[in-house]
Amino acid sequence: MKEIIIIIVTAVFVNNVVLSQFMGICAFLGVSKQLKSSVGMGGAVIFVMVCATACTYPVYMLLEKFEITYLRTVAFILVIAMFVQLIEIVMKKTMPPLYKALGVYLPLITTNCAVLGVTVANIDEGYSFGQSIANAFGTGAAFTLALVLFSGVRARIADSDIPETFKGVPATLIAAAIVSLSFMGFAGMAL
Amino acid sequence: MNENKPLSAEFTKGLLKENPVLVMLLGMCPTLAVTTMASNAIGMGLATTFVLVCSNFVISLLKGIIPKAVRLPCFIVIIAGFVTLISFIMQRFLPGLYESLGVFLTLITVNCIILGRAEAFASKNKVLPSVLDGLGMGLGFTLALFVMGSLREIFGAGSWFGIKLPGLSNEPMLIFIMPAGGFFVLGCVIAAVGKIARKKPPKEISCENCPSAAVCGRDKSKCTADAPAKGAAESEASK
Repeated sequence: MKEIIIIIVTAVFVNNVVLSQFMGICAFLGVSKQLKSSVGMGGAVIFVMVCATACTYPVYMLLEKFEITYLRTVAFILVIAMFVQLIEIVMKKTMPPLYKALGVYLPLITTNCAVLGVTVANIDEGYSFGQSIANAFGTGAAFTLALVLFSGVRARIADSDIPETFKGVPATLIAAAIVSLSFMGFAGMAL
Repeated sequence: MNENKPLSAEFTKGLLKENPVLVMLLGMCPTLAVTTMASNAIGMGLATTFVLVCSNFVISLLKGIIPKAVRLPCFIVIIAGFVTLISFIMQRFLPGLYESLGVFLTLITVNCIILGRAEAFASKNKVLPSVLDGLGMGLGFTLALFVMGSLREIFGAGSWFGIKLPGLSNEPMLIFIMPAGGFFVLGCVIAAVGKIARKKPPKEISCENCPSAAVCGRDKSKCTADAPAKGAAESEASK
């Protein structure tokens, strides 16, 4: 149990997926304009990450059995793409309220590199099934935390007086640098 | 795409005018993650260029064969195949670079530049323009990574391609090679390129350069990136 908590805390704070590992930046910059969409996207990412890990872990064991682990990238991305389509169809039919809440964000997730990143990282780190699920949940939570924090910062940027050259994306990136700086405080934490 | 455009224009547009990172704002993740050293940046850029040229070549050959409904999974499988190939080549011949790029070599698969070019260009154009487009975009990406990597290595580590620079290597500004420095340098470089090249700052991410345009098919009602609240409200109303 202690191990699981350590994995989650490490994923959320010490190795934040967006602010210190640079995964999912496209979604981070694209969707963090408003708090509501940040929460929606974050929820969808947590859900997909946990489910994708649960799918790719047995797939990797199968690849290992036939000694074709070099097909990992191809197999994983196919599993993720198929899986995202599948939950979209299933959710639409069986859980309309959840589909309404997450539906719009689902197609965006296939191209979110954090999802493929976390499934590959789980294998590289040699995590067990339970640890992989914990890491996937922690990484999704880290993504959500970064998005929610940053949407607050962006609301302030919108009202401030910025030099013409830096308006738009440059100002957003520099604000992201400052948010990232705040996460450096966790960097030395040994768990 | 303009039919009358000379072939050289397909190649040169990616370098600066439509630079995928600095103007179209695609592929941010590798741009920030692997640019702590100039040599890593070049390695990543060239690996991506290889995948981009090969996938553009194959996709433009197959553009009449792939059914429209399943084109995205097809594109992704083709791209993933070439990514696997380049990581084999790199593991064998450049093991040092292979180690330092790590998971980001695998993540070339989901680099929005490659899927974006496949969707926006290679699936609609002939083979030769597609290859040139891939080459130009890839080299533009490499150029952006090289600029980022050089700036971060010179200021953050006081060296360039591993060669120590006198004066800077005594007290390097470590912040530049940390994650926060990556965001900061990229923001400044984008602002500088916007100032020099177009005299106006880059626009916010819109459908034109949205990484997800390939997925949502530019369907405004599905759009979450541009106007999240509006998009969500519209899609709810349409049901």
